[in-house]
Amino acid sequence: MTLPATPGIGFKPEHFAAIRETRPDLGFFEVHAENYMGEGGPAHRTLEALRADYAISLHGVGLSIGGSRIDRDHLARLKRLVDLYQPESFSEHLAWSSHGIYLNDLLPLPYTEETLALVCDHIDEVQAALGRRMLLENPSTYVLFEQSTIPEIDFMTEISRRTGCGLLLDVNNVFVSCTNHRMDPRAYLRDFPLDRVGEIHLGGHAEEELPSGPLLIDAHGTPVADPVWALYAEVIAAAGPLPTLIEWDNDVPDFPVLMAEADRARAVLTRRVAHAAR
Amino acid sequence: MRHADFLQFFQDGLFTGTLPPGVTARAPDEAAQRFAVYRNNVAHSLSRALAARFPAVERILGAEFFAALAPLFLAEQGPQNPMLFAWGGGFADFLTGFPPLAGLPWVADVARIEFARGEAYHAADAEPLPPEALSQAAADAGRARLALHPSLRIVPSRFAAVSAWAMNQPGATPAPLEVNRPETALILRDRRDDVPVRALGPGDATFVAALQSGLVLIRAAEAAATAEPGHDPGAILLSLARAGALTGLAFGETA
Amino acid sequence: MTAMTKTLTLTASLATALTLAASMASAEGEMEKCYGVAMAGQNDCAAGPGTTCAGTATKDFQGNAWKYVPAGTCVTMETPNGKGSLEPIAM
Repeated sequence: MTLPATPGIGFKPEHFAAIRETRPDLGFFEVHAENYMGEGGPAHRTLEALRADYAISLHGVGLSIGGSRIDRDHLARLKRLVDLYQPESFSEHLAWSSHGIYLNDLLPLPYTEETLALVCDHIDEVQAALGRRMLLENPSTYVLFEQSTIPEIDFMTEISRRTGCGLLLDVNNVFVSCTNHRMDPRAYLRDFPLDRVGEIHLGGHAEEELPSGPLLIDAHGTPVADPVWALYAEVIAAAGPLPTLIEWDNDVPDFPVLMAEADRARAVLTRRVAHAAR
Repeated sequence: MRHADFLQFFQDGLFTGTLPPGVTARAPDEAAQRFAVYRNNVAHSLSRALAARFPAVERILGAEFFAALAPLFLAEQGPQNPMLFAWGGGFADFLTGFPPLAGLPWVADVARIEFARGEAYHAADAEPLPPEALSQAAADAGRARLALHPSLRIVPSRFAAVSAWAMNQPGATPAPLEVNRPETALILRDRRDDVPVRALGPGDATFVAALQSGLVLIRAAEAAATAEPGHDPGAILLSLARAGALTGLAFGETA
Repeated sequence: MTAMTKTLTLTASLATALTLAASMASAEGEMEKCYGVAMAGQNDCAAGPGTTCAGTATKDFQGNAWKYVPAGTCVTMETPNGKGSLEPIAM
């Protein structure tokens, strides 16, 4: 089971009526796993109805793979969801979010041999419990760590090699992190192992100004920025069509606004298909 | 530094502002400003998550007060797992123990109603009894025991907490209210998946609580008539049935 | 009313309600669900909108509820202590 190499949209319950009425031409919807971990109720009814018509990407935001341990209870809840809905994909973040309490943010970790081994152990544990391969997403980061000894791309490539997990390439996160750390996003994407990518994320970011230059924040509250669209087109040109998600989590607009973003991604994907056919 | 130590330093720093060891940036003097993005994300997103969970309490206290209160609750009882909808079971007791709110003791019961609504929304599903089962129960009220829907909650209050909750819903306008009068809230997820809140009188409240504790129908009705002389259980029983809240039937007294 | 009469009255009331409910049940089973209605606390993977000011570095993250007075919509509520109970708490 894999996601189709077409556009998808991050599901928001307030869009359910519009989705039901218009049956939009989308390859998949992505849902955040934690919102469907209650025992029953309307959230499940909504997901069932969505699942009946579309491929589903289950995207975790709270597994804390970069933390000190995987919460077994949470993993069991996740397994229940995966077994129940049989999503085409499960993905999580290269980040941590819990250490005693849940902090509700995707927090950064230093890239060292110790954290590499730890993250690999955690992914092994998750993949064994779920009985499937997962995708790991590159993060947006705002700080660096003196103790880091491994570049992020090498870190992710090695995780994928050791655990067999696929990668989720968030092109906006690449642009955000590279801008924040004064690196060239094209160099990052040139070195990224595109053959291991199972899904692309595209979202909007916010921009602030620091004395040394811009600080971008992964706020998901605006359209995808033009430089990110340009990078995305280059990724698709190099890698071929990939399942591509439009994410919008804050100040969520009406559904047609998201469809317009999805159509823009579709145009890029279609051009690549036409190009390949020639 | 071991990773667990790093995580602890980082987490402490989110709340104290102390920069965790090793945090840096291309322009190292900007490290604190950049770390502040994480600090603000955590503080803001959890504060908003709490407000989303307790919107009537936020409206009653005001956004400014609530925003100042949320970090204190977070410091005491942060989310124990990543399911934000399940966070806040201790919020009502926290409000009761918060001295600036000593003059508003009823706000804690509004919080209890809001928490119970969230639980009801996510509670397990159960099918309403079919007509035949309802007829069987009707024929033997002396032995019929009804199971109520897993979402059903009863929140008793010494105050008019249901009225206070209702007038602080979106679109409602608060008006002067005599709060010093008891109200018991009945909360359940109905057939439409709606989660209404209604105030029960003492007889109805006793009847529903008695059914929930497993008493046979007639014993529950008698308990209600003791709590409220002359109480007729018909209306509340019909109302529960119509909401889809009668989900199981057994016969005989409980062991 | 004797205890026996009371019990008979209650039994009749319970039976009437359940019989009526049984007759209405088939219609009620078809009620449209409130699909898509979300409630209380959604997880997502975005940074909060509150991060978009660089001034966050100087913000007082701890807040201080003690210095605020509850200033919500219920200030007209009558309480056992009268309306004056929303006065600032002297610190």
